[in-house]
Amino acid sequence: MLKTFPTGGVHPPENKLTAGIPIEYLPVPEKVVIPMSQHIGAPANPLVAKGDNVKIGQLIAEGKGFVSANIHSPVSGKVSKIDTAADSSGLKQPAVFIDVEGDEWVEGIDRGKELVMDIKLSSEEIIKKCFESGIVGMGGATFPSHIKLNIPSGKKCDVLIINGVECEPYLTSDHRLMLEKGEEILVGVSILMKALKVEKAMIGIENNKPDAISHLTTLAASFAGISVHPLKVKYPQGAEKQLVKALVKREVPSGRLPIDVGTVVHNAGTAFAVYEAVQKNKPLIERVVTVSGKSLQKPGNYMVRIGTPLSWLLEAAGGIPADTGKIINGGPMMGKAVSNTDAPVVKGMSGIILIPASEAFREVISPCIRCAKCVSVCPLHLEPYLLMTLTEKGMFERAEAEKITDCMECGSCSYTCPAGRPLLDYIRLGKSTVIRLARQKVL
Amino acid sequence: MLKVSPSPHIHGKESTRKLMLNVVIALIPALIVSVFYYGIGAIIVTAVSVLSCLLFEFLIQKYVLRKPISITDGSALVTGILLAFNLPSNIPVHIIVIGSFVAIVIAKMTFGGLGNNPFNPALVGRVFMLISFPVHMTTWPVPKGLGTGYLDAVTGATPLAILKGGLARGQSMSEIVGQLPTPAQMFLGNIGGSMGEVAAIALLIGFVWLLYKKVITWHIPVSVIGSIAIFTGILWLVNPEKNADPLFHILAGGVLLGAIYMATDYVTSPMVPKAMLLYGCGIGIITVVIRVYGAYPEGVSFAILIMNAFVPLMNAYIKPKRFGKEVKHG
Repeated sequence: MLKTFPTGGVHPPENKLTAGIPIEYLPVPEKVVIPMSQHIGAPANPLVAKGDNVKIGQLIAEGKGFVSANIHSPVSGKVSKIDTAADSSGLKQPAVFIDVEGDEWVEGIDRGKELVMDIKLSSEEIIKKCFESGIVGMGGATFPSHIKLNIPSGKKCDVLIINGVECEPYLTSDHRLMLEKGEEILVGVSILMKALKVEKAMIGIENNKPDAISHLTTLAASFAGISVHPLKVKYPQGAEKQLVKALVKREVPSGRLPIDVGTVVHNAGTAFAVYEAVQKNKPLIERVVTVSGKSLQKPGNYMVRIGTPLSWLLEAAGGIPADTGKIINGGPMMGKAVSNTDAPVVKGMSGIILIPASEAFREVISPCIRCAKCVSVCPLHLEPYLLMTLTEKGMFERAEAEKITDCMECGSCSYTCPAGRPLLDYIRLGKSTVIRLARQKVL
Repeated sequence: MLKVSPSPHIHGKESTRKLMLNVVIALIPALIVSVFYYGIGAIIVTAVSVLSCLLFEFLIQKYVLRKPISITDGSALVTGILLAFNLPSNIPVHIIVIGSFVAIVIAKMTFGGLGNNPFNPALVGRVFMLISFPVHMTTWPVPKGLGTGYLDAVTGATPLAILKGGLARGQSMSEIVGQLPTPAQMFLGNIGGSMGEVAAIALLIGFVWLLYKKVITWHIPVSVIGSIAIFTGILWLVNPEKNADPLFHILAGGVLLGAIYMATDYVTSPMVPKAMLLYGCGIGIITVVIRVYGAYPEGVSFAILIMNAFVPLMNAYIKPKRFGKEVKHG
C-alpha cells in the first residue's frame, strides 16, 4: 500500500504530456519586465532607477517588512522605466522594465556545471543567504523560504519534508528537475536540513514518476538522513497538509502550519534554488516552466529567465494554437486563467497550460441532488455543498463555524460535482467575506 | 479571445444524468426477473409508472413552474421504476397513475423539484396507494412465469403475510415454516410480492454495479441489512418458535430493494458517512419493529420515510471530523 492522505481527493486525467521532454534552456529575450510582487507578502522596494545599468544577478529590489523577498536582475542591460505592468491576470503591479544588453554577470556567481557537495555555510548563514538570494516557494505558493527556515522560539522541527509530488495534471517541471538535477536537489535538501538542524528529510513523490523515484532513491543512498517515498497518485497529494499527513501521519491543526507538528515543507524546485544560491552564489533569476497543452506544437519544460514575456515563451513552444480557449498559469486544478499573454514569467510560475476551446467551458448548473460526492472528496473533511448554500444565503457566521476558512481551494468539490455546481466559486466568496468580517471584528 | 474563470479549469465526467442512468442499469436485472416470473403485468406496470411520472414532471415544469424542462435528467425515470417495483404486477392502470401523481406532483414538485424533496417520492406514492387502495396493494400475484396474464393473475400471500398470519393465529414457527418458501426460492425471486423486490440475486447484482460505478457507498445498505440481521437475530435466538430467522427477514419483502435503492436516494439520505450509518440502522430497527410488533406485515417503506424526516437534523448536527481537529496544538 502506497502512502497517501486517508480520505478525500480526486483523480483527474494526468495528461503529463511533457514528462519525457528534457529541460531546454531558452535564450534571453530583448526586454524583460520584473514585477516587484512575485511572492506572498509586501512588494519589494526597487533599488534601481531609470537609465541604470544592471548586471545579471544584481540586487534590483529589496524585500521590505517581515514577509517579503529580494529580487535580482535576470538579465544585463539598462533599466528603461519603473512603472506598473499588468500581470497574467491583468492586475497592475509595480515593475522594473529592463532592455537587455550583453551578458554581464555579477562577480562571484559560479556558473560552472560541476556539483559542489561541501556545505560551508553555517545554519544562520544559510538562512541569510536564502533571504539575500530571493528564494521563495517554487511550487506556486511563493512564500519566502527564509521565514520557514527560522523556527519560531518554542517550536521544534524534527523532519524536513520535500514536496516532489506535483499532483496537478500537465505539470512536469519538478519531475524533470528531479531527473536532471537530482544531485543538486539532494545537496539542496542537505542544506535545508543543516539550516533547520534536523537529521531527517523525507522526499514525497507521486507514484506516476517511477523514474524520478528510482533516480533519487539511488542518489539518496549516499546522502545522510534523506529518504524517498513513493505516494499514491491522488489529487491533492501535493497540498502541504495532505503531504505531511501522508508521510509522517501528523495532522496540521486547522489554521496552523506544518511547524506546529514538527515539520517544515519545501518544494523540490525550492531545494534546487537553495542549492544554486548557497553553493553557487546564484540568486533566483530563472526557473523551469512547463508549457503544455494538447494542441501545442512544441510542448516542453523550459528554463527561462524571470521577467520573460509569456508571449515569448509561448512562441518558443510553437505559438498559441488556433483552437486555444483558455491559458492557465499553473495547473488546471488550482491555476489562474491568464488574460494577458504579455505578462512576465514570475518566480512562482510552474506551468503555462493551454486548454483547447472544446474543453474550456463550465458545466451547465443543475440542482444539487445531495449526492454527497463533494463531502467525500474534500481532503479537509468540509461540506462544500453546505458552505456554498451558506454563502448564497449570506449566513457567514454559520459558514465560519463550519470551518469555511480551512478550505485550501483545491477544487476537488467543483471538479467532482455531477450537477456542475460552482462550489469553489461560492466558497471562495464566503471565505474571503468571513476573513474580511473577522478583521472588522463583525463576526 | 481567451476565456477566464476561477479554478478548477477542468471537470470530472460525472453528471446527474449518468448517475441516474447507472441506477436504471442496476435495476434492469430485477426487472428481467420480474418479467420472468410475473409476465406481461410487470412490463405494463413499469411502463405506466415511468410514463406517468415523466408526464407529470413535464406538465408541472411546463405549465405550473414555467421552468426549463429537465425530465431528461433521469430522476423521474428512476422514481417511476422504483414506484413500479414497489407494486404488485397486477395492479390496475388508474391506480398506478394516481400513485405517480402523488409521487411526482405532491412529494417532489411541490417542494421545488429535484434536490428539494424531504421524502422519497416513490415511497410517498407507494404508501399513499397502500392506504388508499389497500386491497389492490396487498393482493399479490403468484409467480407463474412469462405466460402470466395482467389483471387475471392468480394471487397469493407474500412470505411476510404468511408469517404474520400464522403467528396471529397462534401457530409456532415450526408449523409456519412449511408454508413459507425456501431461502433458495426467495433468493431467486420465485415468491409472491411487489414486482421488483422479490429476487435477492438480481438486486444484489445491481448493488455490485452501483458500488463499482461509485454511485452509492456501502454505508446505508450495509447498516440497514446489518441492523435487521442483528435485531431479528436476537429475537430469533431468544424465541425461535415465535420469530423468523434473520435470513428470512432479509430475503423477504422489501429489505434489499429498500436498503440498496430506496434508502440510498441521494436527496433524502444524509451527507456524511457516520450519519448514513445511523440512518441505516434507524431504518433497520423501525422495519423490524413494524414487522414484529406492528399491524402491517411489512415496514420498510414506513421505516425509510420516518428516517427521511430525520435527515435534515442529521445533516445539521452530524459533521465529518474536520481535518486537523483533534491534534493537540504544539
